[in-house]
Amino acid sequence: MKRAGFTTVWLPVALLLPQLMIIAIFFYWPAAWAVQSSFYLQDPFGFGSTFVGVENYTDLMTNSEYGKVARFTLIYTVLVTFFSLALALLLAVKADKVIRGAKSYRTLLMWVYAIAPPVAGFLGLMFFDQRNGPLTEMFQFFGWEFRLGADFNSTATAMVIVAVWKQIPVNFIFFLSGLQSIPKAVREAALIDNRSATGRFWDVTFPLLAPTAFFLLIINITYALFDTFGIVDTLVRSEPGNNPVTLVYKVFVDGFRGNDLGGSSAQSVILMILVLVLTVFQFRLIERRIHYT
Amino acid sequence: MADLTQSDGVLSATTSRQRPRIKLRHIADHAILMAGALLMVFPVVLVLMTTSFSDADIAKHGLQLGFEGNMLENFEAAMFEASGFTKTITGTRMLMNSMILGLGFAIGKIVISMMAAYAIVYFRLRFATFAFWIIFTTLLLPLEVRILPSYEAIQSLGLANTYTGLIVPLIASATGTFFFRQFFRSIPEELVEAARIDGAGPVKFFIDILVPLSRTMIAAIFIIMFVYGWNQYLWPTLITTDEGLFTLVRGIKQIVQVLSQTGAMIPEYGKALALSLIAMIPPVLIVIFFQSWFVKGLTESDK
Repeated sequence: MKRAGFTTVWLPVALLLPQLMIIAIFFYWPAAWAVQSSFYLQDPFGFGSTFVGVENYTDLMTNSEYGKVARFTLIYTVLVTFFSLALALLLAVKADKVIRGAKSYRTLLMWVYAIAPPVAGFLGLMFFDQRNGPLTEMFQFFGWEFRLGADFNSTATAMVIVAVWKQIPVNFIFFLSGLQSIPKAVREAALIDNRSATGRFWDVTFPLLAPTAFFLLIINITYALFDTFGIVDTLVRSEPGNNPVTLVYKVFVDGFRGNDLGGSSAQSVILMILVLVLTVFQFRLIERRIHYT
Repeated sequence: MADLTQSDGVLSATTSRQRPRIKLRHIADHAILMAGALLMVFPVVLVLMTTSFSDADIAKHGLQLGFEGNMLENFEAAMFEASGFTKTITGTRMLMNSMILGLGFAIGKIVISMMAAYAIVYFRLRFATFAFWIIFTTLLLPLEVRILPSYEAIQSLGLANTYTGLIVPLIASATGTFFFRQFFRSIPEELVEAARIDGAGPVKFFIDILVPLSRTMIAAIFIIMFVYGWNQYLWPTLITTDEGLFTLVRGIKQIVQVLSQTGAMIPEYGKALALSLIAMIPPVLIVIFFQSWFVKGLTESDK
């Protein structure tokens, strides 16, 4: 708050009202509803519900299907985060170095940011098409019977590739802006001390980029967990069947197709706690990030 | 960064033997960047080329390099030919719906969050901190996590299949408020003092001083939010079952389902690919043309 702030009372209340109303109706109410219904078992035909305590949660913990989805989500998140960060870092370091064409490279490497995940997923469907997808043919050439939508590993591979492709631009933009904020004096000093470019990168540039990288780590985990919903949904053609799906996708499938409100709500609550932890972590990092730069 | 490479050049000039090695490294840098650019651009270019083939060709050979004469026809079908299960929606209509969602979301979010941030930063309000935390908590839970209850809420309010139901719940997150709060706090205190001495009230100060000062920030946030709104998928999928309200991105789900049907007819691949391109064009153009604002908005707001 500003020291010299205005003292009118009705105006700020009026200004805050729209935002507060929207979040009350579309945020707090639904969130509270999810927590509440996670303790109930709904009748599948909609005739009321019974209080079952933590049974929905214990069911999930012992459910092998849920464990399988959780394991896949973990592996998927690690792979997507690692590859999109690594490739983006490589490209950002190079884009920061070159003089000629720097601007064109920047544009070419970041415009994919604007493509919606399901649209990217749809392109993936064409590239991994069973009969004539170019990438399917490539995998077959190397002796892998690639079958999107039928074989677990094939679908998982396609999901990771599309998700990484879609996420490289964001990471690239952040890494590049992180690199460009490294003071010139530091770079020049490093140049005198260390003739090897690789050595300079690991000893000077990388530590200075670490805050950006940590911040991006959280962003990427959140992306892989939540924002790839559209990619997953298009690549499995809305038919999960035997295909790998992520935790968020399972919330959706159980809630809307399976009509298992209690179970779906319990899954929502688990994810809420996960996001909460990630966000708290992220904000502690941002505090540090400000000190660094 | 320019200096770094230049001094590299100076160093290499002193020992002439090193010059080719450094040049080689430059070539390697460019090769990596070109490979990266190709990785990003090629898939979409290939899809664009494929839209110039006929449905039968695409059904048989998949994505193809080269140019045939069917591009105009495919794009025309995508824009003007009714599709979907009820045959009521054209590409033009979906484009309009996407525009409404993108613009409505971006403008709504900016207006609401600027107002809230102004109230929190510039007024001596007893519950300002409390209000900030209430709003701020919404950052913690993405819509995907609370999707089912949000859907129920919209249903019980009778807002399913309306633009309001489509747009307003998406606004219920504090990213914008948080961002404008940070920005307002960075504006010097003297400004509001001077304005008060000159007799400007809170409304006048907001409209005549604060809003013009925030122009660049508003533009940056607008681009991020427009793209975000345009690209929404899960929420529109749930809330719009009426095909007349489908957005282009929502339409992708329909396209996938139609293409997956195995019937005697050849699926309309050309049209589907053209629609997927139309779904990318507006946000891509905005990001490319307003690149510097976009980068500013992204790197400064996404904290």
